[in-house]
Amino acid sequence: MNIHGVLLLNPLLSPSYGLIVWTLLAFLTILFLLKKFAWKPILNALSEREESIQNALDSAKKAKEEMASLQADNEKILNEAKAERDKLLKEGREMKDAIIAEAKSKAQKEGERLMAISRENIHNEKMAAITELKNQVATLSLEIAERILKEELSSQEKQKTLVKALLDDVNLN
Amino acid sequence: MRILTITRSKLFLLIAGILFLSGRVLAGDPESQAAHEADTHDTTATAEHNDEEFKAGEFIVDHVTDKYDWHLWGPHSDPVSIPLPVILYSSEAGGLSIFLSSKFHHGKEAHNGYMLKEGHIEREDGAAFYDFSITKTVTEILIASLLMLWIFISAAKAYARRPGQAPKGLQSFVEPIILFVRDDLAKASIGEKHYKRFVPFLLTAFFFIFFNNLLGLIPIFPGGANVTGNIAVTFTLAFLVLIITLFVGNKHYWGHILWMPGVPAWVKIFLLTPIEVIGVFQRPFVLMIRLFANIAAGHIVILSFVCLIFVFGSSSAAGGWGFMPVSMAFALFMNAMELLVAFLQAYVFALLTAMYIGACVEEPHHAEHH
Repeated sequence: MNIHGVLLLNPLLSPSYGLIVWTLLAFLTILFLLKKFAWKPILNALSEREESIQNALDSAKKAKEEMASLQADNEKILNEAKAERDKLLKEGREMKDAIIAEAKSKAQKEGERLMAISRENIHNEKMAAITELKNQVATLSLEIAERILKEELSSQEKQKTLVKALLDDVNLN
Repeated sequence: MRILTITRSKLFLLIAGILFLSGRVLAGDPESQAAHEADTHDTTATAEHNDEEFKAGEFIVDHVTDKYDWHLWGPHSDPVSIPLPVILYSSEAGGLSIFLSSKFHHGKEAHNGYMLKEGHIEREDGAAFYDFSITKTVTEILIASLLMLWIFISAAKAYARRPGQAPKGLQSFVEPIILFVRDDLAKASIGEKHYKRFVPFLLTAFFFIFFNNLLGLIPIFPGGANVTGNIAVTFTLAFLVLIITLFVGNKHYWGHILWMPGVPAWVKIFLLTPIEVIGVFQRPFVLMIRLFANIAAGHIVILSFVCLIFVFGSSSAAGGWGFMPVSMAFALFMNAMELLVAFLQAYVFALLTAMYIGACVEEPHHAEHH
């Protein structure tokens, strides 16, 4: 017995072509069928799911970040609102003071104006009264002068004396 | 490293087994010393029929080789078996003939001029013919293929029915393995850019080997055929790997194989190019031998442990019964290990295929390792 005989005899080491053909046929058939009906749908579904999980994780992370930034924003808004309130209160107080001050000054001015008007009226009335008085005094003076003149110039003599006196005055000038 | 260790020890076991079995076959018959080598097999079998002495070697070879019927139970000379279709074509004698193997009556009768002799079909008149029979191995391949189609297409339907949801039932069984093949084998070995178009082949090859390995471990019908431990099957798978690596190799790959840059011309002509060209064929060849050797050796070792019972039993019944617990413990241990090997060998085959493809489609700017 030699090693050649062992190999020839051994049915384990002699491939049969019929089996090769059937194996090839079966393998290629299931490769085609599984590729089309199993591997493609399964692999697509798996990568889709992986993608959706990745997206979900990403969006969760994003939401968390947004939440944090929202919180920061809230605080900022709150602070701003507080500042705004303080400002408004301050402005209100200032406005109140200003209004009061203005009202006061307005009232004072009005009072002064009224006083001025009444003072003027009083003055006018006084002046009118004085004028009236003056006119009456003048009238009275004229009447008195008339009477005096009538008395003085009642005689020729007297008229001559007067003219003479007047002429004397002129010469003096 | 661990994988290599198992492979090497298995290979050793296989070679030892083959030598042992062949030795038994030849030594079993005194005439074989003188007879022609081709006739030796026949005469040995005749000897077995004459005296019913238990021959472990023949028993084991009978169980790990291909058959025209599916043996269920009963003695070798008159078994209860499932007959399988025999498909033969001879242009010289009668053309195509298709019939069930039960027509042979386990080698006792001839049919259409064909006869079953020692598990092989021969013509009575010696005419040439082609044998495309649906043998036990082919049947097992068909069973495994249907099982795969059923499992993965229903899983695919489950994905279509429940889009974007967590896996359930069958999905959660197949999904981790599919993801493992896609991410850890294809993506890791071939690279992000090219891996996608090879995933269907790697998945199919992985599950084809895995399913056939597992079915081979079931001792009764519809399992028990030694599919991935048959060299014709592993030859076919390795041949497909060879075809793929021949066709997808890019310029960079062939450049490195045929005319390695940066090496003197005479070194290339006399050393590197022949070695690299041999390497192209040697890699799938190793795939073929590794898978065949591991699975065949597993079957042989388990069968050997079972046979030990009858070897001891042939000298005394008490010996057989006494050795049975020991033998069963070893066989059980080997079966458990074969479960691991069933996965491991499918993994190794797919991994190495992915690595060979990865080398073929590697882009020039990557590392220059040789």
